[in-house]
Amino acid sequence: MIPEVGHYALILALCVAVVQGSLPIYGAAVGHSTFMSVAKPAARTQFLLVLIAFSCLGYAFAEMDFSVLYVAANANSKLPLHYRLAAIWGAHEGSLLLWTFILTVWMFAVTLFSAHLPETMRARILGVMGLVSMGFLLFMLTVSNPFERLIPAALDGRDLNPLLQDPGMVMHPPMLYMGYVGFSVAFAFAIAALLGGNLDAAWARWSRPWTTVAWCFLTVGIALGSGWAYYELGWGGWWFWDPVENASFMPWLAGTALIHSLAVTDKRGGFKVWTVLLAIMAFSLSLLGTFLVRSGVLTSVHAFATDPKRGLFILAFLAVVIGGSLLLYAWRAPRVGLGGGFELVSRESMLLANNVLLIVAMGSVLLGTLYPLFLDALGFGKISVGPPYFDTVFVPLMTPAIFLMGIGPIAQWKKASLPNLAMQLRWAFAASVVTALLLPLVLGKWTPLLSLGLLLALWIVTTTVVSVRERVSHLVGNSLVSCLAALPRAYWGMVLAHCGIAIFIVGVTMVKGFEVEKDLQMNVGDTATIGGYTFRFDGAQEVKGPNYLAARGSFSVTRNGQEVTVMYPEKRFYAVQNQSMTEAAIDSGLFRDLYVSLGEPLEGGAWSVRLYHKPFVDWIWGGCLTMALGGLLAVSDRRYRLAWRRERREEPVAPSPLKTSVA
Amino acid sequence: MKRFLLPLAIFVVLVGFLAAGLTLNPREVPSPLVGKPAPAFSLPQLHDQEKTFSPADMTGQVWLLNVWASWCGGCKEEHPVLMRMAQAGDVPIYGMDYKDRREEALSWLRRYGNPYPLTAVDEAGRIGIDYGVYGVPETYVIDKQGVIRFKQIGPLDDEIVTKKILPLVKELQGK
Amino acid sequence: MRWLALIVLLTPGLGWAGEAKLLAGDPAAEARLKHLAVELRCLVCQNQTLADSNAPLAEDLRREVREMIAKNMSDEEIIDFLVQRYGDFVLYRPPWKATTTLLWVGPFLLLGAGAAALVVALRRRAQRQPVEMPVTDEERRRVEQLLSQRRTGS
Repeated sequence: MIPEVGHYALILALCVAVVQGSLPIYGAAVGHSTFMSVAKPAARTQFLLVLIAFSCLGYAFAEMDFSVLYVAANANSKLPLHYRLAAIWGAHEGSLLLWTFILTVWMFAVTLFSAHLPETMRARILGVMGLVSMGFLLFMLTVSNPFERLIPAALDGRDLNPLLQDPGMVMHPPMLYMGYVGFSVAFAFAIAALLGGNLDAAWARWSRPWTTVAWCFLTVGIALGSGWAYYELGWGGWWFWDPVENASFMPWLAGTALIHSLAVTDKRGGFKVWTVLLAIMAFSLSLLGTFLVRSGVLTSVHAFATDPKRGLFILAFLAVVIGGSLLLYAWRAPRVGLGGGFELVSRESMLLANNVLLIVAMGSVLLGTLYPLFLDALGFGKISVGPPYFDTVFVPLMTPAIFLMGIGPIAQWKKASLPNLAMQLRWAFAASVVTALLLPLVLGKWTPLLSLGLLLALWIVTTTVVSVRERVSHLVGNSLVSCLAALPRAYWGMVLAHCGIAIFIVGVTMVKGFEVEKDLQMNVGDTATIGGYTFRFDGAQEVKGPNYLAARGSFSVTRNGQEVTVMYPEKRFYAVQNQSMTEAAIDSGLFRDLYVSLGEPLEGGAWSVRLYHKPFVDWIWGGCLTMALGGLLAVSDRRYRLAWRRERREEPVAPSPLKTSVA
Repeated sequence: MKRFLLPLAIFVVLVGFLAAGLTLNPREVPSPLVGKPAPAFSLPQLHDQEKTFSPADMTGQVWLLNVWASWCGGCKEEHPVLMRMAQAGDVPIYGMDYKDRREEALSWLRRYGNPYPLTAVDEAGRIGIDYGVYGVPETYVIDKQGVIRFKQIGPLDDEIVTKKILPLVKELQGK
Repeated sequence: MRWLALIVLLTPGLGWAGEAKLLAGDPAAEARLKHLAVELRCLVCQNQTLADSNAPLAEDLRREVREMIAKNMSDEEIIDFLVQRYGDFVLYRPPWKATTTLLWVGPFLLLGAGAAALVVALRRRAQRQPVEMPVTDEERRRVEQLLSQRRTGS
């Protein structure tokens, strides 16, 4: 009964989506106020209906209703509750429902925070989002129904893939989707602006917080995925340039370019056409990612089970949405005027250069990901494009972008002087170069890449210090602290996000440069030393889990004779799926991770074991989180808080193009 | 004006490729050995372990080499097709038992029928690697000079046999 | 920690406990294997390297590569061996060929195109002169009218 309620809710949601996608946009075109006012209640109704559907599926999982095909395929009576609920998005149909649900969450958020927007704009934005949700609901109701029944009901389910039975599964997809799907708001803003023909600084100001928040979620989502792979897959890797990983990274690159471009459009009215194109691009890449993961055109560990019908539907949807928006762009963009002028050397031109580099990087990732497909389609045989390619291509592209990161914040808007900039940054440059050259020697190993990585990280930090000093010098205040506090949050957000990148680079550089790995056969009582830590194998015992049987090894770790920790890696066997899995033991520290992974049992109670010492590896994800925090900090800037407060009191705010800002 | 159409143009090309991609199988690895001489080997036979089998034995004939194993599900699927081909007698099919146990292979053939004049045993899978085998079943069409002319990855079915294999065999036999 | 002692006592084969031995007989050879295997593809997996896969074929191929290393074959020869049998698909680093030139050169072409577009856009912007737009008599009259309205407060 409950699954049918859910199914029916989806059908109703589709009807509402059709209304939401048509009336408000038509109303905005002809100025029909009643039609436009349909947008808000329609969006809220859709949210409610999809929430009901989502809850129904959750209920089916919680109550282990194996008469629902999707539940039977992805859960089991022995699967713990939290994983049963996470299994909602464990496979194709349910994850589509999650996608749609998160879309309605964003729709709902737009209805809450859009009182300051002109009615036509809001109508168009919600209308566009309604069209997108229409596509997804139609997709679900035709070829991907999560509520399909299994008659007769299965006695027990096939269980969730053991790799997914993990806290990472609970957090990673929702965060990722909040990001992916969040770009639909920026996209809707762009389409609304193209439709209405009013592409101005105000549009950018409204669009910015939405885009930044979506970007924060995507950053966290990708970081969670990477961290999860690190501890789950048992071989210590954290990024493989797998097609599905790339599918989430490309929107991130475009999104990063977008938030920088929006800054220029907001403050200087420039880059309008380019910003709109980026907004379309970011969401298009999200949709492309959805296609790549579910269509079966690329091989990946992350890919969902495939079906040619589904691939065709998504491709058609992609063609309509992206093709339509690019057509609209080609038609309307030429009419948009240019914004404020700027010189060849200026903050604007540096941000533009940064954008070019980010988009070229994105293009390269796209090229590498799709190239095997291109060659195969043209009949030139099959090749593989993997990490060696991406690593070779990506680093040279990102290096100049990071270099620009140091100069951009210090350059003036409209016109900057290259000699002046060189003057301001000379100490930062010198300090970074010298330290980057010497530090690896001090640490015991020198390679060019190691130095380069450290140089980039140090450059970011030293130029940030220069930038802060520069800002503070313009303020007249009592103390340094009060001056620092007077700087707007948007500025500190940028500082934090950029430092996040520096932290990330340190993590990557140090891990790649200094990690140690040893493959050993260990008898009970044997010891091994890596990175100054001594590991002693104390044997393995059998352990029973809720739906698995495991051999749990015990390793005591000491350093300089002092006990550090005891680690318990496991080798698990999940009976239902007939799959075995390695559960590595990780001891995380601020400056290093110790990583132990069991291999195979050998004779006499011995085991083959892999030990790792990974310095600074947690800085990789720490850096990503810092980036996301920076974004959140920027969104909490006074400007937006004031706008929010004004909205609460329902005073209309007219966009003021003459307003200048310090940040 | 034209430069605003560029993104759309790029996208249309992309969609074209993606649509083509839907018809392809990204996991299928075509063999670079087609058109090259079949790698030499000398393996013991399944039924008579004293004797060996080698592709050199087959020069002057067109023949099929079918790689199979008793643990392979697809092999069970294609077996009736092989039995029919063996009965029709257009082309001899020689088997290669890949990474299998002798007892299980023998009982499998007893149970499902034996379409092969003889079966070679590649227990370690080494010859399989020489032939670029990455999954079973796989079938090779080898001509009179011992050159591989076609490789079928995955189970054979009647359509592939009638449309691809038999015409090719007839052509090669005519040469 | 008492249960640890229990496990240690119960585990059979407890002999002389000492420094753990490396799994591989020959560390130098293993290092070479690793170096090669991380760039080779496991053909039967869903996108994994030969180094990380537990599939039977992957183990067989690793065994083959070890034997080739023991025979002192060069990296190039080993890669050639595998490519002869499995094609370029087995390499994660796409080889330099006519068909992959666009792949390797592409990113730098894109960069060149992007830089060129940037320079063109900036130049075009710099060349734009403000357009001289003289005020017509009609417009002047309108301005006077509006200003006088303002003054009279209507």
